[in-house]
Amino acid sequence: MSGFEFVLGLGDDALVAAQRLAQWCARAPELEEDVALANIALDQLGAARLLLGYAGELEGEGRDEDALAYLRTDREYRNVLLVELPDRDFAVLMAKLLFLSAWQRLRYEDLAAGDDERLAGIAAKAVKESAYHLDHSALWTVRLGDGTDESHARMQRAVDEVWPYTHELLAEAPHLRANWLSTVDGVLAEATLRRPDDGWRPGGGRDGRHTEALSYLLAEMQVLHRAYPGARW
Amino acid sequence: MYGNDFAASGGELLDQVADAERELRAAADRSVRGGSDEETYFTELVAADQKIEPRDWMPDGYRKTLIRQIAQHAHSEIIGMQPEANWLTRAPTLKRKAILLAKVQDEAGHGLYLYAAAETLGVSRDTLYDLLLAGRQKYSSIFNYPTLSWADVGAIGWLVDGAAIVNQVPLCRCSYGPYARAMIRICKEESFHQRQGYEILYTLAHGTPGQKEMAQDAVDRWWYPSLAMFGPPDTDSTHSAQSMAWKIKRFSNDDLRQRFVDMCAQQATVLGLTIPDPDLRWNPDRGAYDYTAPDYAELMEVIRGNGPCNRARMANRRAAHEDGAWVREAAAAYAAKHAAPAAPTAEAVHA
Repeated sequence: MSGFEFVLGLGDDALVAAQRLAQWCARAPELEEDVALANIALDQLGAARLLLGYAGELEGEGRDEDALAYLRTDREYRNVLLVELPDRDFAVLMAKLLFLSAWQRLRYEDLAAGDDERLAGIAAKAVKESAYHLDHSALWTVRLGDGTDESHARMQRAVDEVWPYTHELLAEAPHLRANWLSTVDGVLAEATLRRPDDGWRPGGGRDGRHTEALSYLLAEMQVLHRAYPGARW
Repeated sequence: MYGNDFAASGGELLDQVADAERELRAAADRSVRGGSDEETYFTELVAADQKIEPRDWMPDGYRKTLIRQIAQHAHSEIIGMQPEANWLTRAPTLKRKAILLAKVQDEAGHGLYLYAAAETLGVSRDTLYDLLLAGRQKYSSIFNYPTLSWADVGAIGWLVDGAAIVNQVPLCRCSYGPYARAMIRICKEESFHQRQGYEILYTLAHGTPGQKEMAQDAVDRWWYPSLAMFGPPDTDSTHSAQSMAWKIKRFSNDDLRQRFVDMCAQQATVLGLTIPDPDLRWNPDRGAYDYTAPDYAELMEVIRGNGPCNRARMANRRAAHEDGAWVREAAAAYAAKHAAPAAPTAEAVHA
Protein backbone atom coordinates (compact mmCIF):
# COMPACT_ATOMS: atom_id res chain seq x y z
CA MET A 1 0.00 0.00 0.00
CA SER A 2 1.21 3.51 -0.75
CA GLY A 3 1.70 6.30 1.74
CA PHE A 4 -0.74 9.19 2.19
CA GLU A 5 1.88 11.84 1.39
CA PHE A 6 2.94 10.09 -1.82
CA VAL A 7 -0.59 9.81 -3.24
CA LEU A 8 -1.37 13.32 -2.04
CA GLY A 9 1.63 14.63 -4.00
CA LEU A 10 0.42 12.98 -7.22
CA GLY A 11 -3.11 14.31 -6.63
CA ASP A 12 -1.88 17.84 -5.91
CA ASP A 13 0.21 17.83 -9.11
CA ALA A 14 -2.88 16.98 -11.14
CA LEU A 15 -5.17 19.41 -9.28
CA VAL A 16 -2.87 22.43 -9.54
CA ALA A 17 -2.20 21.61 -13.22
CA ALA A 18 -5.99 21.48 -13.81
CA GLN A 19 -6.49 24.82 -12.08
CA ARG A 20 -3.84 26.51 -14.26
CA LEU A 21 -5.33 24.96 -17.42
CA ALA A 22 -8.82 26.11 -16.45
CA GLN A 23 -7.52 29.69 -16.33
CA TRP A 24 -7.05 29.44 -20.13
CA CYS A 25 -10.71 28.78 -20.73
CA ALA A 26 -12.19 31.23 -23.29
CA ARG A 27 -8.78 32.77 -24.05
CA ALA A 28 -6.94 30.13 -26.11
CA PRO A 29 -5.35 31.16 -29.43
CA GLU A 30 -8.07 29.36 -31.41
CA LEU A 31 -11.39 27.68 -30.76
CA GLU A 32 -10.10 24.14 -31.30
CA GLU A 33 -7.47 24.85 -28.65
CA ASP A 34 -10.12 25.99 -26.17
CA VAL A 35 -11.74 22.58 -26.60
CA ALA A 36 -8.40 20.74 -26.26
CA LEU A 37 -7.23 22.63 -23.17
CA ALA A 38 -10.57 22.15 -21.42
CA ASN A 39 -10.30 18.47 -22.23
CA ILE A 40 -6.81 18.20 -20.74
CA ALA A 41 -7.92 20.20 -17.68
CA LEU A 42 -10.82 17.75 -17.24
CA ASP A 43 -8.45 14.78 -17.43
CA GLN A 44 -6.13 16.28 -14.82
CA LEU A 45 -9.06 17.18 -12.60
CA GLY A 46 -10.50 13.67 -12.94
CA ALA A 47 -7.18 12.08 -11.93
CA ALA A 48 -6.84 14.59 -9.06
CA ARG A 49 -10.26 13.66 -7.67
CA LEU A 50 -9.48 9.93 -7.71
CA LEU A 51 -6.04 10.45 -6.17
CA LEU A 52 -7.20 12.85 -3.47
CA GLY A 53 -10.13 10.58 -2.63
CA TYR A 54 -7.73 7.68 -2.22
CA ALA A 55 -5.26 9.80 -0.22
CA GLY A 56 -8.07 10.72 2.17
CA GLU A 57 -8.87 7.05 2.70
CA LEU A 58 -5.21 6.23 3.31
CA GLU A 59 -5.01 8.99 5.90
CA GLY A 60 -8.13 7.65 7.63
CA GLU A 61 -9.21 10.90 9.23
CA GLY A 62 -12.38 11.40 7.25
CA ARG A 63 -11.07 14.00 4.79
CA ASP A 64 -12.61 13.65 1.32
CA GLU A 65 -11.43 15.15 -2.00
CA ASP A 66 -12.98 18.53 -1.21
CA ALA A 67 -11.61 18.75 2.33
CA LEU A 68 -8.17 18.09 0.91
CA ALA A 69 -8.53 20.45 -2.04
CA TYR A 70 -10.26 23.37 -0.33
CA LEU A 71 -9.18 23.32 3.29
CA ARG A 72 -5.40 23.03 3.13
CA THR A 73 -3.01 25.99 2.97
CA ASP A 74 -0.23 26.27 0.42
CA ARG A 75 2.20 25.00 3.10
CA GLU A 76 0.18 21.78 3.22
CA TYR A 77 0.08 21.29 -0.55
CA ARG A 78 2.54 18.67 -1.84
CA ASN A 79 2.66 19.41 -5.59
CA VAL A 80 5.92 20.00 -7.47
CA LEU A 81 6.65 23.66 -8.23
CA LEU A 82 6.46 23.17 -12.01
CA VAL A 83 2.66 22.88 -12.08
CA GLU A 84 2.03 26.06 -10.08
CA LEU A 85 4.20 28.36 -12.25
CA PRO A 86 2.06 31.06 -13.87
CA ASP A 87 1.52 30.64 -17.63
CA ARG A 88 3.02 33.88 -18.86
CA ASP A 89 2.13 32.91 -22.44
CA PHE A 90 1.05 29.94 -24.54
CA ALA A 91 4.68 28.80 -24.93
CA VAL A 92 5.14 28.52 -21.14
CA LEU A 93 1.87 26.60 -20.89
CA MET A 94 3.09 24.13 -23.53
CA ALA A 95 6.60 23.76 -22.08
CA LYS A 96 5.10 22.93 -18.68
CA LEU A 97 2.61 20.51 -20.21
CA LEU A 98 5.29 18.78 -22.28
CA PHE A 99 7.57 18.18 -19.30
CA LEU A 100 4.72 17.24 -16.98
CA SER A 101 2.89 14.89 -19.34
CA ALA A 102 6.12 13.12 -20.42
CA TRP A 103 6.69 12.60 -16.70
CA GLN A 104 3.15 11.63 -15.75
CA ARG A 105 3.00 9.10 -18.56
CA LEU A 106 6.08 7.25 -17.25
CA ARG A 107 5.06 7.61 -13.65
CA TYR A 108 1.52 6.32 -14.19
CA GLU A 109 2.84 3.51 -16.40
CA ASP A 110 5.09 2.45 -13.54
CA LEU A 111 2.30 2.68 -10.95
CA ALA A 112 -0.16 0.84 -13.19
CA ALA A 113 2.17 -2.18 -12.94
CA GLY A 114 2.73 -1.73 -9.20
CA ASP A 115 1.50 -3.69 -6.15
CA ASP A 116 -1.03 -1.15 -4.91
CA GLU A 117 -4.09 -2.29 -6.83
CA ARG A 118 -6.15 0.78 -6.10
CA LEU A 119 -3.41 3.11 -7.30
CA ALA A 120 -2.72 0.81 -10.27
CA GLY A 121 -6.34 1.21 -11.36
CA ILE A 122 -6.21 5.00 -11.19
CA ALA A 123 -2.85 5.07 -12.97
CA ALA A 124 -4.00 2.72 -15.74
CA LYS A 125 -6.76 5.17 -16.66
CA ALA A 126 -4.55 8.24 -16.30
CA VAL A 127 -1.69 6.88 -18.39
CA LYS A 128 -3.83 6.87 -21.55
CA GLU A 129 -4.77 10.48 -20.94
CA SER A 130 -1.12 11.45 -20.32
CA ALA A 131 -0.18 9.96 -23.67
CA TYR A 132 -2.68 12.30 -25.34
CA HIS A 133 -1.45 15.30 -23.32
CA LEU A 134 2.10 14.47 -24.39
CA ASP A 135 1.08 14.23 -28.06
CA HIS A 136 -0.73 17.52 -27.87
CA SER A 137 2.04 19.45 -26.13
CA ALA A 138 4.74 17.87 -28.31
CA LEU A 139 2.84 18.92 -31.43
CA TRP A 140 2.63 22.52 -30.26
CA THR A 141 6.26 22.59 -29.04
CA VAL A 142 7.37 21.50 -32.50
CA ARG A 143 5.07 23.94 -34.34
CA LEU A 144 6.14 26.86 -32.17
CA GLY A 145 9.84 25.91 -32.12
CA ASP A 146 9.93 25.41 -35.88
CA GLY A 147 7.33 28.07 -36.76
CA THR A 148 8.24 31.76 -37.04
CA ASP A 149 11.26 33.59 -35.57
CA GLU A 150 9.02 35.02 -32.88
CA SER A 151 7.48 31.69 -31.91
CA HIS A 152 10.91 30.04 -31.88
CA ALA A 153 12.26 32.70 -29.54
CA ARG A 154 9.23 32.48 -27.26
CA MET A 155 9.31 28.67 -27.13
CA GLN A 156 13.06 28.60 -26.41
CA ARG A 157 12.61 31.14 -23.65
CA ALA A 158 9.77 29.10 -22.15
CA VAL A 159 11.83 25.91 -22.21
CA ASP A 160 14.75 27.77 -20.59
CA GLU A 161 12.49 29.16 -17.86
CA VAL A 162 10.71 25.93 -17.02
CA TRP A 163 13.64 23.52 -17.38
CA PRO A 164 15.13 24.03 -13.87
CA TYR A 165 11.81 22.93 -12.34
CA THR A 166 12.00 19.52 -14.05
CA HIS A 167 14.75 18.42 -11.65
CA GLU A 168 12.27 18.25 -8.80
CA LEU A 169 10.10 15.84 -10.83
CA LEU A 170 12.99 13.65 -11.85
CA ALA A 171 14.61 13.50 -8.41
CA GLU A 172 11.66 11.45 -7.22
CA ALA A 173 12.10 8.42 -9.46
CA PRO A 174 15.62 8.52 -10.90
CA HIS A 175 15.05 5.22 -12.73
CA LEU A 176 12.65 6.99 -15.11
CA ARG A 177 15.06 9.82 -15.92
CA ALA A 178 16.75 8.31 -18.99
CA ASN A 179 13.41 7.48 -20.58
CA TRP A 180 11.98 10.95 -19.84
CA LEU A 181 15.07 12.63 -21.28
CA SER A 182 14.92 10.64 -24.46
CA THR A 183 11.24 11.61 -25.01
CA VAL A 184 11.86 15.28 -24.26
CA ASP A 185 15.11 15.41 -26.25
CA GLY A 186 13.33 13.98 -29.27
CA VAL A 187 10.65 16.68 -29.15
CA LEU A 188 13.13 19.52 -28.56
CA ALA A 189 15.31 18.33 -31.46
CA GLU A 190 12.35 18.18 -33.84
CA ALA A 191 11.32 21.63 -32.63
CA THR A 192 14.83 22.96 -33.41
CA LEU A 193 15.13 23.96 -29.75
CA ARG A 194 18.18 23.68 -27.53
CA ARG A 195 18.00 21.66 -24.33
CA PRO A 196 19.09 24.04 -21.53
CA ASP A 197 22.16 23.29 -19.43
CA ASP A 198 21.51 21.87 -16.00
CA GLY A 199 22.26 24.30 -13.21
CA TRP A 200 19.78 25.80 -10.77
CA ARG A 201 17.54 23.15 -9.19
CA PRO A 202 14.62 24.74 -7.37
CA GLY A 203 12.54 22.35 -5.23
CA GLY A 204 10.70 21.96 -1.95
CA GLY A 205 7.15 21.49 -3.26
CA ARG A 206 6.81 18.00 -1.83
CA ASP A 207 7.68 19.46 1.59
CA GLY A 208 5.19 22.32 1.30
CA ARG A 209 7.71 25.03 0.40
CA HIS A 210 6.26 26.61 -2.75
CA THR A 211 6.74 29.61 -4.99
CA GLU A 212 4.85 32.81 -4.21
CA ALA A 213 2.35 31.89 -6.92
CA LEU A 214 0.65 28.97 -5.15
CA SER A 215 -0.96 30.96 -2.36
CA TYR A 216 -2.71 33.18 -4.93
CA LEU A 217 -3.83 30.17 -6.96
CA LEU A 218 -5.33 28.55 -3.85
CA ALA A 219 -6.89 31.80 -2.63
CA GLU A 220 -8.86 31.97 -5.85
CA MET A 221 -9.74 28.28 -5.88
CA GLN A 222 -10.83 28.15 -2.22
CA VAL A 223 -12.53 31.53 -1.71
CA LEU A 224 -16.14 30.44 -2.13
CA HIS A 225 -15.83 27.09 -0.37
CA ARG A 226 -14.19 28.74 2.66
CA ALA A 227 -16.77 31.55 2.80
CA TYR A 228 -19.57 29.06 3.58
CA PRO A 229 -18.10 26.62 6.13
CA GLY A 230 -19.84 23.26 6.14
CA ALA A 231 -22.21 24.11 3.26
CA ARG A 232 -23.22 21.52 0.66
CA TRP A 233 -23.00 22.51 -2.99
CA MET B 1 -32.62 15.24 -7.19
CA TYR B 2 -34.82 17.00 -9.75
CA GLY B 3 -38.49 17.72 -9.41
CA ASN B 4 -40.94 15.71 -11.45
CA ASP B 5 -42.20 18.77 -13.22
CA PHE B 6 -38.74 19.51 -14.42
CA ALA B 7 -38.16 16.01 -15.73
CA ALA B 8 -41.52 16.21 -17.53
CA SER B 9 -40.87 19.41 -19.43
CA GLY B 10 -37.22 18.49 -20.08
CA GLY B 11 -38.39 15.18 -21.49
CA GLU B 12 -41.03 16.80 -23.66
CA LEU B 13 -38.47 19.08 -25.26
CA LEU B 14 -36.14 16.17 -25.90
CA ASP B 15 -39.03 14.30 -27.52
CA GLN B 16 -39.44 17.23 -29.88
CA VAL B 17 -35.73 17.00 -30.76
CA ALA B 18 -36.16 13.29 -31.49
CA ASP B 19 -39.21 14.08 -33.66
CA ALA B 20 -37.18 16.62 -35.60
CA GLU B 21 -34.48 14.02 -36.14
CA ARG B 22 -37.03 11.54 -37.52
CA GLU B 23 -38.49 14.24 -39.74
CA LEU B 24 -35.03 15.02 -41.08
CA ARG B 25 -34.57 11.40 -42.12
CA ALA B 26 -38.04 11.20 -43.64
CA ALA B 27 -37.40 14.39 -45.60
CA ALA B 28 -34.30 12.85 -47.11
CA ASP B 29 -36.39 9.94 -48.43
CA ARG B 30 -39.15 12.06 -49.96
CA SER B 31 -38.62 13.36 -53.41
CA VAL B 32 -40.00 16.53 -54.83
CA ARG B 33 -40.72 16.84 -58.49
CA GLY B 34 -38.40 19.51 -59.81
CA GLY B 35 -40.17 22.76 -60.67
CA SER B 36 -39.76 24.60 -63.90
CA ASP B 37 -37.04 26.87 -62.51
CA GLU B 38 -34.74 27.13 -59.50
CA GLU B 39 -36.96 29.45 -57.54
CA THR B 40 -40.02 27.27 -57.97
CA TYR B 41 -37.99 24.24 -56.99
CA PHE B 42 -36.80 26.03 -53.81
CA THR B 43 -40.34 27.04 -52.90
CA GLU B 44 -41.61 23.51 -53.50
CA LEU B 45 -38.87 22.00 -51.36
CA VAL B 46 -39.68 24.32 -48.46
CA ALA B 47 -43.43 23.75 -48.87
CA ALA B 48 -42.90 19.98 -48.80
CA ASP B 49 -40.86 20.29 -45.55
CA GLN B 50 -37.77 19.05 -47.28
CA LYS B 51 -34.34 20.35 -46.40
CA ILE B 52 -32.42 22.89 -48.44
CA GLU B 53 -28.82 21.73 -48.79
CA PRO B 54 -25.69 23.79 -49.59
CA ARG B 55 -25.71 22.64 -53.23
CA ASP B 56 -29.28 23.88 -53.81
CA TRP B 57 -30.15 27.25 -55.28
CA MET B 58 -31.54 29.61 -52.64
CA PRO B 59 -32.70 33.24 -52.63
CA ASP B 60 -30.03 35.74 -51.56
CA GLY B 61 -32.23 36.90 -48.70
CA TYR B 62 -32.55 33.33 -47.41
CA ARG B 63 -28.77 32.90 -47.50
CA LYS B 64 -28.14 36.25 -45.80
CA THR B 65 -30.73 35.62 -43.11
CA LEU B 66 -29.22 32.24 -42.32
CA ILE B 67 -25.67 33.57 -42.24
CA ARG B 68 -26.73 36.36 -39.89
CA GLN B 69 -28.65 34.03 -37.62
CA ILE B 70 -26.16 31.13 -37.53
CA ALA B 71 -23.20 33.49 -37.03
CA GLN B 72 -24.98 35.28 -34.20
CA HIS B 73 -25.70 31.94 -32.64
CA ALA B 74 -22.06 30.79 -33.02
CA HIS B 75 -20.76 34.07 -31.57
CA SER B 76 -23.17 33.67 -28.63
CA GLU B 77 -21.67 30.28 -27.81
CA ILE B 78 -18.16 31.74 -27.82
CA ILE B 79 -18.89 34.92 -25.88
CA GLY B 80 -21.18 32.87 -23.63
CA MET B 81 -18.15 30.93 -22.38
CA GLN B 82 -16.91 34.03 -20.52
CA PRO B 83 -19.56 34.53 -17.83
CA GLU B 84 -19.28 30.88 -16.83
CA ALA B 85 -15.51 30.63 -17.17
CA ASN B 86 -15.56 33.46 -14.62
CA TRP B 87 -16.50 30.84 -11.97
CA LEU B 88 -14.48 27.87 -13.22
CA THR B 89 -11.49 28.60 -11.03
CA ARG B 90 -13.69 29.25 -7.97
CA ALA B 91 -16.25 26.43 -8.27
CA PRO B 92 -17.09 25.33 -4.71
CA THR B 93 -16.38 21.59 -5.10
CA LEU B 94 -14.20 19.58 -7.47
CA LYS B 95 -17.27 17.83 -8.86
CA ARG B 96 -18.93 21.16 -9.68
CA LYS B 97 -15.69 22.35 -11.26
CA ALA B 98 -15.57 19.25 -13.48
CA ILE B 99 -19.22 19.62 -14.57
CA LEU B 100 -18.76 23.32 -15.35
CA LEU B 101 -15.55 22.66 -17.30
CA ALA B 102 -17.37 20.04 -19.38
CA LYS B 103 -20.18 22.50 -19.99
CA VAL B 104 -17.93 25.35 -21.12
CA GLN B 105 -16.08 22.89 -23.34
CA ASP B 106 -19.41 21.90 -24.93
CA GLU B 107 -20.03 25.56 -25.70
CA ALA B 108 -16.74 25.87 -27.57
CA GLY B 109 -17.78 22.71 -29.44
CA HIS B 110 -21.19 24.21 -30.29
CA GLY B 111 -19.39 27.27 -31.62
CA LEU B 112 -17.34 24.99 -33.87
CA TYR B 113 -20.38 23.14 -35.31
CA LEU B 114 -22.22 26.39 -35.90
CA TYR B 115 -19.31 28.12 -37.65
CA ALA B 116 -19.04 24.97 -39.79
CA ALA B 117 -22.78 25.20 -40.61
CA ALA B 118 -22.32 28.87 -41.57
CA GLU B 119 -19.34 27.96 -43.77
CA THR B 120 -21.64 25.78 -45.92
CA LEU B 121 -23.29 29.06 -46.96
CA GLY B 122 -20.03 30.32 -48.43
CA VAL B 123 -18.63 32.50 -45.67
CA SER B 124 -15.44 31.61 -43.76
CA ARG B 125 -15.11 31.38 -40.00
CA ASP B 126 -12.33 34.00 -40.12
CA THR B 127 -14.63 36.44 -41.89
CA LEU B 128 -17.39 35.92 -39.33
CA TYR B 129 -14.88 36.26 -36.53
CA ASP B 130 -13.63 39.55 -37.93
CA LEU B 131 -17.22 40.80 -38.16
CA LEU B 132 -17.76 39.92 -34.50
CA LEU B 133 -14.54 41.60 -33.40
CA ALA B 134 -15.39 44.68 -35.45
CA GLY B 135 -18.78 44.83 -33.70
CA ARG B 136 -20.62 44.33 -37.00
CA GLN B 137 -22.26 41.07 -35.97
CA LYS B 138 -24.07 40.52 -32.70
CA TYR B 139 -24.22 37.84 -30.06
CA SER B 140 -26.99 37.21 -27.55
CA SER B 141 -27.38 40.22 -25.26
CA ILE B 142 -27.84 38.01 -22.23
CA PHE B 143 -24.07 37.51 -22.02
CA ASN B 144 -23.62 41.21 -21.36
CA TYR B 145 -24.81 40.70 -17.79
CA PRO B 146 -22.25 39.84 -15.09
CA THR B 147 -21.99 36.58 -13.10
CA LEU B 148 -21.65 37.97 -9.58
CA SER B 149 -22.06 34.80 -7.54
CA TRP B 150 -21.85 31.03 -7.89
CA ALA B 151 -25.66 30.93 -8.00
CA ASP B 152 -25.45 32.87 -11.27
CA VAL B 153 -23.92 29.76 -12.81
CA GLY B 154 -27.07 27.93 -11.72
CA ALA B 155 -29.34 30.70 -13.00
CA ILE B 156 -27.57 30.71 -16.37
CA GLY B 157 -28.14 26.97 -16.65
CA TRP B 158 -31.75 27.03 -15.57
CA LEU B 159 -32.98 30.28 -17.16
CA VAL B 160 -30.55 31.18 -19.95
CA ASP B 161 -29.99 27.64 -21.21
CA GLY B 162 -33.69 26.97 -20.60
CA ALA B 163 -34.64 29.92 -22.81
CA ALA B 164 -32.04 28.85 -25.36
CA ILE B 165 -33.61 25.36 -25.54
CA VAL B 166 -37.13 26.73 -25.99
CA ASN B 167 -35.76 28.94 -28.78
CA GLN B 168 -33.62 26.24 -30.34
CA VAL B 169 -35.80 23.13 -30.29
CA PRO B 170 -37.93 24.49 -33.17
CA LEU B 171 -34.71 25.23 -35.08
CA CYS B 172 -34.10 21.46 -35.21
CA ARG B 173 -36.85 21.61 -37.89
CA CYS B 174 -35.32 24.55 -39.75
CA SER B 175 -35.54 24.27 -43.54
CA TYR B 176 -31.77 24.57 -43.95
CA GLY B 177 -30.32 21.06 -43.49
CA PRO B 178 -26.88 21.83 -42.00
CA TYR B 179 -28.38 24.19 -39.41
CA ALA B 180 -31.14 21.71 -38.47
CA ARG B 181 -28.57 18.94 -38.02
CA ALA B 182 -26.26 21.12 -35.89
CA MET B 183 -29.24 22.15 -33.74
CA ILE B 184 -30.29 18.57 -33.06
CA ARG B 185 -26.87 17.80 -31.66
CA ILE B 186 -26.71 21.05 -29.69
CA CYS B 187 -30.18 20.68 -28.14
CA LYS B 188 -29.32 17.27 -26.75
CA GLU B 189 -26.33 18.78 -24.94
CA GLU B 190 -28.22 21.91 -23.86
CA SER B 191 -30.69 19.78 -22.00
CA PHE B 192 -27.83 18.50 -19.80
CA HIS B 193 -26.74 22.12 -19.29
CA GLN B 194 -30.14 23.22 -18.13
CA ARG B 195 -30.34 20.29 -15.74
CA GLN B 196 -26.99 21.09 -14.12
CA GLY B 197 -28.11 24.69 -13.59
CA TYR B 198 -31.40 23.60 -12.07
CA GLU B 199 -29.55 21.20 -9.80
CA ILE B 200 -27.15 23.92 -8.61
CA LEU B 201 -30.09 26.16 -7.74
CA TYR B 202 -32.03 23.33 -6.12
CA THR B 203 -29.07 22.50 -3.87
CA LEU B 204 -28.54 26.16 -2.95
CA ALA B 205 -32.25 26.75 -2.32
CA HIS B 206 -32.24 23.81 0.07
CA GLY B 207 -28.93 24.74 1.71
CA THR B 208 -28.02 27.31 4.35
CA PRO B 209 -29.98 30.60 4.56
CA GLY B 210 -26.99 32.36 2.98
CA GLN B 211 -27.01 29.94 0.05
CA LYS B 212 -30.76 30.31 -0.47
CA GLU B 213 -30.37 34.09 -0.48
CA MET B 214 -27.61 33.75 -3.08
CA ALA B 215 -29.92 31.62 -5.27
CA GLN B 216 -32.87 34.02 -4.98
CA ASP B 217 -30.66 37.01 -5.76
CA ALA B 218 -29.44 35.28 -8.92
CA VAL B 219 -32.99 34.48 -10.10
CA ASP B 220 -34.02 38.08 -9.33
CA ARG B 221 -31.26 39.42 -11.58
CA TRP B 222 -31.52 36.87 -14.44
CA TRP B 223 -35.30 36.54 -14.85
CA TYR B 224 -36.10 39.59 -16.99
CA PRO B 225 -32.93 39.47 -19.09
CA SER B 226 -33.81 35.80 -19.83
CA LEU B 227 -37.33 36.80 -20.96
CA ALA B 228 -35.72 39.39 -23.22
CA MET B 229 -33.71 36.61 -24.93
CA PHE B 230 -36.78 35.86 -27.09
CA GLY B 231 -36.34 39.23 -28.74
CA PRO B 232 -38.69 42.18 -29.19
CA PRO B 233 -42.46 41.65 -29.03
CA ASP B 234 -44.06 40.30 -32.21
CA THR B 235 -45.42 43.72 -33.09
CA ASP B 236 -41.84 45.09 -33.36
CA SER B 237 -39.93 42.09 -34.72
CA THR B 238 -38.26 43.01 -37.99
CA HIS B 239 -37.15 39.63 -39.34
CA SER B 240 -39.99 37.37 -38.27
CA ALA B 241 -42.54 37.17 -41.09
CA GLN B 242 -40.11 36.28 -43.87
CA SER B 243 -38.23 33.82 -41.63
CA MET B 244 -41.50 32.06 -40.83
CA ALA B 245 -42.37 31.82 -44.53
CA TRP B 246 -38.96 30.27 -45.25
CA LYS B 247 -39.42 27.87 -42.32
CA ILE B 248 -36.23 29.09 -40.70
CA LYS B 249 -38.35 30.20 -37.79
CA ARG B 250 -41.43 28.24 -36.69
CA PHE B 251 -42.94 30.20 -33.81
CA SER B 252 -43.16 33.89 -32.98
CA ASN B 253 -41.06 35.54 -30.26
CA ASP B 254 -44.05 35.98 -27.99
CA ASP B 255 -45.22 32.38 -28.42
CA LEU B 256 -41.81 31.08 -27.41
CA ARG B 257 -41.59 33.53 -24.50
CA GLN B 258 -44.95 32.29 -23.21
CA ARG B 259 -43.82 28.67 -23.47
CA PHE B 260 -40.72 29.56 -21.41
CA VAL B 261 -42.70 31.40 -18.73
CA ASP B 262 -45.10 28.45 -18.37
CA MET B 263 -42.20 26.03 -18.00
CA CYS B 264 -40.32 28.16 -15.43
CA ALA B 265 -43.36 29.06 -13.31
CA GLN B 266 -43.86 25.39 -12.49
CA GLN B 267 -40.19 24.62 -11.99
CA ALA B 268 -39.69 27.60 -9.64
CA THR B 269 -42.24 26.11 -7.25
CA VAL B 270 -40.28 22.86 -7.09
CA LEU B 271 -37.06 24.82 -6.62
CA GLY B 272 -38.57 26.78 -3.75
CA LEU B 273 -37.54 30.08 -5.36
CA THR B 274 -39.69 33.05 -6.31
CA ILE B 275 -39.87 34.49 -9.80
CA PRO B 276 -39.60 38.27 -9.31
CA ASP B 277 -42.91 39.11 -10.96
CA PRO B 278 -45.83 39.98 -8.65
CA ASP B 279 -48.23 39.66 -11.61
CA LEU B 280 -47.22 36.15 -12.55
CA ARG B 281 -50.34 33.99 -12.22
CA TRP B 282 -52.14 31.17 -13.99
CA ASN B 283 -54.84 32.36 -16.35
CA PRO B 284 -57.33 29.50 -16.84
CA ASP B 285 -58.99 31.27 -19.78
CA ARG B 286 -55.79 31.40 -21.76
CA GLY B 287 -54.43 28.13 -20.33
CA ALA B 288 -51.16 29.96 -19.71
CA TYR B 289 -49.48 32.18 -17.15
CA ASP B 290 -49.93 35.94 -17.29
CA TYR B 291 -46.62 37.71 -16.74
CA THR B 292 -44.92 41.09 -16.84
CA ALA B 293 -43.05 41.73 -20.07
CA PRO B 294 -39.33 42.48 -19.81
CA ASP B 295 -38.10 46.03 -20.24
CA TYR B 296 -37.58 46.18 -24.00
CA ALA B 297 -35.97 49.61 -23.75
CA GLU B 298 -33.27 48.02 -21.61
CA LEU B 299 -32.88 45.22 -24.18
CA MET B 300 -32.39 47.79 -26.94
CA GLU B 301 -29.85 49.65 -24.84
CA VAL B 302 -27.86 46.44 -24.23
CA ILE B 303 -28.04 45.58 -27.95
CA ARG B 304 -26.67 49.06 -28.68
CA GLY B 305 -23.61 48.15 -26.59
CA ASN B 306 -24.54 49.71 -23.28
CA GLY B 307 -25.09 46.64 -21.09
CA PRO B 308 -22.96 46.16 -17.98
CA CYS B 309 -20.43 43.85 -19.69
CA ASN B 310 -20.53 44.54 -23.46
CA ARG B 311 -17.17 46.29 -23.42
CA ALA B 312 -15.48 43.76 -21.14
CA ARG B 313 -16.72 40.74 -23.14
CA MET B 314 -15.50 42.19 -26.42
CA ALA B 315 -12.22 43.37 -24.91
CA ASN B 316 -11.55 39.84 -23.61
CA ARG B 317 -12.41 38.30 -26.97
CA ARG B 318 -10.13 40.74 -28.79
CA ALA B 319 -7.31 40.19 -26.30
CA ALA B 320 -7.53 36.40 -26.72
CA HIS B 321 -7.47 36.84 -30.49
CA GLU B 322 -4.55 39.26 -30.46
CA ASP B 323 -2.54 37.36 -27.84
CA GLY B 324 -2.98 34.20 -29.89
CA ALA B 325 -1.96 35.74 -33.22
CA TRP B 326 1.70 34.69 -32.93
CA VAL B 327 0.60 31.11 -32.16
CA ARG B 328 -1.67 30.90 -35.22
CA GLU B 329 1.05 32.47 -37.39
CA ALA B 330 3.54 29.88 -36.10
CA ALA B 331 1.16 27.01 -36.88
CA ALA B 332 0.64 28.36 -40.42
CA ALA B 333 4.39 28.86 -40.95
CA TYR B 334 5.13 25.35 -39.70
CA ALA B 335 2.46 23.84 -41.94
CA ALA B 336 3.82 25.73 -44.96
CA LYS B 337 7.40 24.58 -44.28
CA HIS B 338 6.36 20.97 -43.92
CA ALA B 339 3.83 20.80 -46.74
CA ALA B 340 4.69 18.44 -49.57
CA PRO B 341 7.40 20.16 -51.63
CA ALA B 342 6.02 21.87 -54.72
CA ALA B 343 6.99 20.50 -58.12
CA PRO B 344 10.23 22.14 -59.27
CA THR B 345 9.70 25.18 -61.45
CA ALA B 346 11.05 25.23 -64.98
CA GLU B 347 13.75 27.63 -63.88
CA ALA B 348 14.87 25.36 -61.09
CA VAL B 349 14.99 22.36 -63.42
CA HIS B 350 17.21 24.24 -65.84
CA ALA B 351 19.46 25.73 -63.21
